[in-house]
Amino acid sequence: MSPAHYIFLAVILFTIGAVGVLVRRNAIVIFMCIELMLNACNLAFVAFARMHGNLDGQVVAFFVMVVAAAEVVVGLAILMAIYRARRSASVDDASLLKY
Amino acid sequence: MTTLAATGVLRASWLLLAFPVFGAAVLLIGGRRTDKWGHLLAVTMSLASFVYGVIAFFTLLGYNAADRSRDLHMFSWVPVAGFQANLGVLLDPLSVSFVLLITGVGSLILVYSVGYMAHDSDRRRFFGYLNLFIAAMLLLVLSDNYLGLYAGWEGVGLASYLLIGFWQYKPAPPVAAKKAFIANRVGDAGLSIAIMLMFAEFGTFNFGPVFASAHSGGTGITTALGLLLLLGACGKSAQVPLQSWLLDAMEGPTPVSALIHAATMVTAGVYLIVRSNPIFNDSPTAQLGVTVVGAVTLLVGAIIGCAKDDIKKALAGSTMSQIGYMTLGAGLGPAGYVFAIAHLLAHGFFKAGLFLGAGSVMHGMDDEVNMRRYGALRKFLPYTFVTFGLGYLAIIGIPPFSGFFTKDGIIDAAWEKGGTSGYILAACAILGAGITAFYMTRVMLMTWFGTKRWDSDGRGGHVEHEPHPHESPWVMVWPMIILAVGSVVAGGFLVIGNRFQSFLAPVVGTPDKSHGLFTTAGMIALVLALLGVGLSWFMYGRVAVPAVAPRGSVLSRAARQDLYGDAFNESVLMRPGQWLTRLSVFFDNRGVDGLVNTIAATIGGTSGRLRRIQTGYARSYALSMLIGAVLLVAGLLVVRL
Repeated sequence: MSPAHYIFLAVILFTIGAVGVLVRRNAIVIFMCIELMLNACNLAFVAFARMHGNLDGQVVAFFVMVVAAAEVVVGLAILMAIYRARRSASVDDASLLKY
Repeated sequence: MTTLAATGVLRASWLLLAFPVFGAAVLLIGGRRTDKWGHLLAVTMSLASFVYGVIAFFTLLGYNAADRSRDLHMFSWVPVAGFQANLGVLLDPLSVSFVLLITGVGSLILVYSVGYMAHDSDRRRFFGYLNLFIAAMLLLVLSDNYLGLYAGWEGVGLASYLLIGFWQYKPAPPVAAKKAFIANRVGDAGLSIAIMLMFAEFGTFNFGPVFASAHSGGTGITTALGLLLLLGACGKSAQVPLQSWLLDAMEGPTPVSALIHAATMVTAGVYLIVRSNPIFNDSPTAQLGVTVVGAVTLLVGAIIGCAKDDIKKALAGSTMSQIGYMTLGAGLGPAGYVFAIAHLLAHGFFKAGLFLGAGSVMHGMDDEVNMRRYGALRKFLPYTFVTFGLGYLAIIGIPPFSGFFTKDGIIDAAWEKGGTSGYILAACAILGAGITAFYMTRVMLMTWFGTKRWDSDGRGGHVEHEPHPHESPWVMVWPMIILAVGSVVAGGFLVIGNRFQSFLAPVVGTPDKSHGLFTTAGMIALVLALLGVGLSWFMYGRVAVPAVAPRGSVLSRAARQDLYGDAFNESVLMRPGQWLTRLSVFFDNRGVDGLVNTIAATIGGTSGRLRRIQTGYARSYALSMLIGAVLLVAGLLVVRL
């Protein structure tokens, strides 16, 4: 399998994630879609690392995982707080901060 | 003439200013605590100045004629490099004449006011202002430089403003006070520009150096200075075209009308011109301007005086007219200066006496000022009648009373000037003498003779509160008697034997030709005056005076409207000014504010619309981020390819 296949897969995963973020209302699902996009990026990084024969992409992929883990922790904490307050995980309900 | 340093008793000449300043300070700062004795302090301070003035006068008389100009340096007011403003007292024949007039007549009027204002709860404030006025007026005439003179000039303007509007709870006095102040500002601007010009051109304000520099400076600068000083004099002395404030100034208490708006302050313009005589002697143009202003004003004032039914306004018209005579005299060079000042002093006596008489009548008539409601008062106020009558004889110029000598001196000086202008000026002055006799006789007849008119309302009915005319208390009668004596003898004393002329000669110079007592012009004026008396008797003495003013001829209606002086000011100055302010307000609101407001509204409206982008939906933010990222990547690709 050529690295191009991995890139195509990464693009497909990223697109699914992006569309999911845009069209879904449930915060959990949006989180999962964000994870999908991050991991699509990771896949692309790793694929490129393999193509170029060095470890730069691998290293970045590790960083992305760490950042994603931290983001999930903070994000889920906020989500819990919102859910407790409003009994709903819909992001459209949490739209007070606006004009 | 050289000015010497003050020596001996004259070294204390600062006391002249200090007494009334002290009185004013105690009364105005002390407030109600001084209510009980404040008026007595004010009278004492004024009398103290008068006593010192008399001492100074006799001290000056003791010197040789050439040594009678004595200067006392008080302190350096503003010493800054080239700008040296000193405050000094200059005692010379001219200023000491004014000191005696101001403090003498001032003291008499203060004594009179003790009685006149006895029932006014604010009497103490009134006396405080009067002392302030006397202090400022003395500073005006005593200062040895133009800057100090200007300080006094503004001081008397302030005192005049405060005293015209003294009864500030009534509607008319504050308006009249503002009018007087604003009309005076126009004149003051002329004087202040003249002083700035002096400093810019000559670098000094002191009389002596200014006159010396003006003499060597050429006619251009002297004419400019002369005309600017004339503008200042017009404002303060109520001369055409700045005359309109004086008639309204009669809203003030009557002693104020007597002291400030008849005897002293309004003559400050004449003082200014006579004091600046070296400047005017060098500029025939400025002199012509002075004479024209004087001649026009003496006719305008006299004509206005003919039609007024308000006794104080009739006398105010007369004041304008008499100051017109003085101004005319002051424009005639050395021949006129002496008579201008002599007439000023004599006028100080008889006009103050006439005003105090009018005040006494008002005092007895419940403050009624309309002469059509007087009549036959001579039986009720005998002392006032006699003193008023003597003042009347003095003002219309019947020999041997004051006005005859001094006014004829001015008429004769105009006559002697010769040329077309001289004859026109003399004709105006002679005609003015006739009109003066007419309106003063009218005042006499309407007030003192005829039948009493105060008991009916003029339409056959009875008035609700009939006044009970009575003679004023002695504290008011004595000042009138002394002033009446002054009106009888002052003119003759000053003029016969050229006594005053030789006294003033060191300051104003000696005329080429000495003045005879009975001159052709003077005789014509006397005949016209007698004709005026006769005509007035024909109109107001022979027939009963109607209690309600008839419609009158075109001329008398115009004179009642002050010859449309106010209408002129309103249409030429006030309305365009009002339009200018309206235009400015419109431009400010629509132009300046409009521009600023448009910018603000545009920004506000745009941001209001832009704000709508903040929907609060996470997906729309995500979409904009995505679009942004796509655009960024696309941009990078475009740049790289």
